[in-house]
Amino acid sequence: MRVPRRLLGLCLALGFGAGPAVCADLRDLYFGEALYHAYQGQYFDAIRRLDTELAQYHGLDEPRLDTLHYHVNQAEFDVGDFELDYRMHRRAGRAIKAVLEGAVDEAVRNEAAFRLARIHFQKDQLDDAQHALARIQGTVPPAIREDVEFLRANIDMATGRPADAVTVLEPLHGDPSLAGFVAYNLGIALLQDGRQPEAIEQLDKAGQMPATDPAGLAIRDKCNLVLGSMLFESGDFERAKRSLDRVRLDGPFSNQALLRAGWAEASAGQYDRALVPWNILASREPTDIAVQEAMLAVPHAYASLDLNGRAALMYGRALELYSHQIERVDASIASVREGRFLDDLIREESRQDEGWVIRLRSLPGAPETYYLMELMASHDFQTALHNYLDLEDLRSRLDAWKTGLDAFDDIIRLRRQNYEPLLPGIDAQFRELDSRMRVRLEQREHLAKRLHAMLTAPRPELLATADEQVAGERLAVIEERLGDSGGPEADALRQRAARLRGVLTWRLETEYDDRLTTAYEHLNELDASVGALDRQYEAFVRTRQAATHSYVGYDARIERLRERVAAALQRVDLLMARQGHMIETVAVNQLEARRERLTAQQVQARYAVADSYDRAARAQSGAEGR
Amino acid sequence: MARGYRITTTHALVLAVLLLAGGANGWAQQDQRERDRQQMRGLDEEVQEIKSDVLDIASQLSLLEEKLLYPSGTQVAIFVALAPGDAMRLDAVRLKIDGQLVTHYIYSFKELEALRKGGVQRIYVGNVATGDHRLEVLVDGKGEGGQDYSRTEQFTFRKEVKPKLVELTLAGPDSGKSPIALGEL
Repeated sequence: MRVPRRLLGLCLALGFGAGPAVCADLRDLYFGEALYHAYQGQYFDAIRRLDTELAQYHGLDEPRLDTLHYHVNQAEFDVGDFELDYRMHRRAGRAIKAVLEGAVDEAVRNEAAFRLARIHFQKDQLDDAQHALARIQGTVPPAIREDVEFLRANIDMATGRPADAVTVLEPLHGDPSLAGFVAYNLGIALLQDGRQPEAIEQLDKAGQMPATDPAGLAIRDKCNLVLGSMLFESGDFERAKRSLDRVRLDGPFSNQALLRAGWAEASAGQYDRALVPWNILASREPTDIAVQEAMLAVPHAYASLDLNGRAALMYGRALELYSHQIERVDASIASVREGRFLDDLIREESRQDEGWVIRLRSLPGAPETYYLMELMASHDFQTALHNYLDLEDLRSRLDAWKTGLDAFDDIIRLRRQNYEPLLPGIDAQFRELDSRMRVRLEQREHLAKRLHAMLTAPRPELLATADEQVAGERLAVIEERLGDSGGPEADALRQRAARLRGVLTWRLETEYDDRLTTAYEHLNELDASVGALDRQYEAFVRTRQAATHSYVGYDARIERLRERVAAALQRVDLLMARQGHMIETVAVNQLEARRERLTAQQVQARYAVADSYDRAARAQSGAEGR
Repeated sequence: MARGYRITTTHALVLAVLLLAGGANGWAQQDQRERDRQQMRGLDEEVQEIKSDVLDIASQLSLLEEKLLYPSGTQVAIFVALAPGDAMRLDAVRLKIDGQLVTHYIYSFKELEALRKGGVQRIYVGNVATGDHRLEVLVDGKGEGGQDYSRTEQFTFRKEVKPKLVELTLAGPDSGKSPIALGEL
């Protein structure tokens, strides 16, 4: 029962390890930025970006006008996915539950239920997973239809209902990316259901399915390895061998397959053929458990072929290897206990690419890393290691932020030093200009009102030019001086004044419409200038506000953040110490278990080497006697 | 028969070794492993909590940083994306605003892959005054056939009171698309 569960985990990891979906038409650049981080495995930055975007989006009065609106469902799902990738299962569950409870359409709700079920399944919360799957009703998006059924079958298998899993898995044939996993799980479900012959046929079929991608190739190898082991245990060595031969020599299961292929041959009495896979295996990485076993298997085959001299020699080599490996394990344990292991793990330069674990093992003078690959095979160790590395990342971020907050303080201090002496003078100048502007704007309003009134009640004299006004005033003075004086000279002058008045009035009356139009044109020109002035005014007000906002009101906020950063740093340090201790404990426990195994193999080799020498000697003396 | 005997002794030896390694010791180890697993789960929960807390601090810091260093009135952010399906190998992008070099970015393999998958890089965030500005974009890379490729283009963008977002979509020489397309938000 344990093996299939472990295998299910593998399927899940491989089958659901896909990244976020790419939107065909990306409209929100910040969403694109979150994806950019996620595609590089920078999940912290991706979550931070997307969280901020979603918080802003949900805070808007009209979110429909925001560019994130086009991707909001995808963004809600992606943030959950990123949280899962960042090993934050609890938060991921909460994020997806929020979608599930929200006012979304059926397809989105069903996808959310599926994702929630997947999280519960990964966390081994099988009842919750089933409950979440039960919420899927109605339209299921075609893209996840087979994934849902595949997950349902996984849950059935994990809860001891393999027959149900078989029923679910049998009709699944559509998704080529799942095909290998479906075929494998169907074989395992049949096996769990006690239908061994059918399981063997199914795994045989699954082990020959075409595959090109690494995940598909790996699951095919796994099928062949499991099938080979089953057939071997049932005594069908020939068929077991054929199945094991199908496992790729450069795949992750090749060492186990080579070892079992050798045993299949040996069990059929064909030791010479068993030597082929075992010799390949014996030349591989000596820290691998299968390789260490092969070191005993090879001389055992030679001994079985009556090549006792060769067997003794090979047992001798095995003895040498075990002694050397025990020394290395001891050195590893000692080095891990000295704390050097954790120092190696957090070396920044060693984690630049995916092959860092492999390279770390070859670090000169670092025995603590020899067995790292083997330790990495343990899920517990991997979880602890990833958590430790995540904590180290958090610590370096918090350290950087602490410095950043000090820099913010400096910026604020310098801005205050710069602005505070300047602003009172600028404000005084501004107030003076502001009052002058107000006067002019009032004048403009007054003019506009008068012009508007003149549309209904014409006042030509109000549109007289300055010269005409002067001429009108002079005529008025002349008319006043002439008064009622009599005499021909006065009459002539009065007539001339009346004529001039008439000319003036004629001009004002006849040109009134044109002048009114011109006045309106001038008013419009003035409006353009007033508009420019308003813009300048607003720009100044904004700049003035920005000057104040650039250094006022930050102190409390920065102080609060500084306290939070310090508290978080303290917690991270504490957790790192505990997590580090846990890693060291797990590493030492596993290394000690390995040491015990190596010691047992060493004892076995020691007996066997003596036995082989005896046999060789007896064979030689027998030959001499004859 | 002799062969059969040898198989039996070897298997007996293997069994003895396994028994030696297993047995009481094995139970003790399993017990220890279970205790370790419990502790690890507890720690895992705590690690998740601190991650959540630090993410919240990061979010607060981002807002503070934006307000303090890039206020909306002057903020300009420039983004780089690759045209969908483009096979160009982007090596570097250099940006000048109003004749001033503001960034010169060299891409790693992982970053290029992220762009190819549809990610968008925020290559520059800075401050400019409201009004029109000249943006010069220089792109260095290699075409599909491995030939060197370099392209410079100039654009004008207008900064309003709200934050300005400028998107540059880059396409290789073999794509038949505009080599550098500017989008404004």
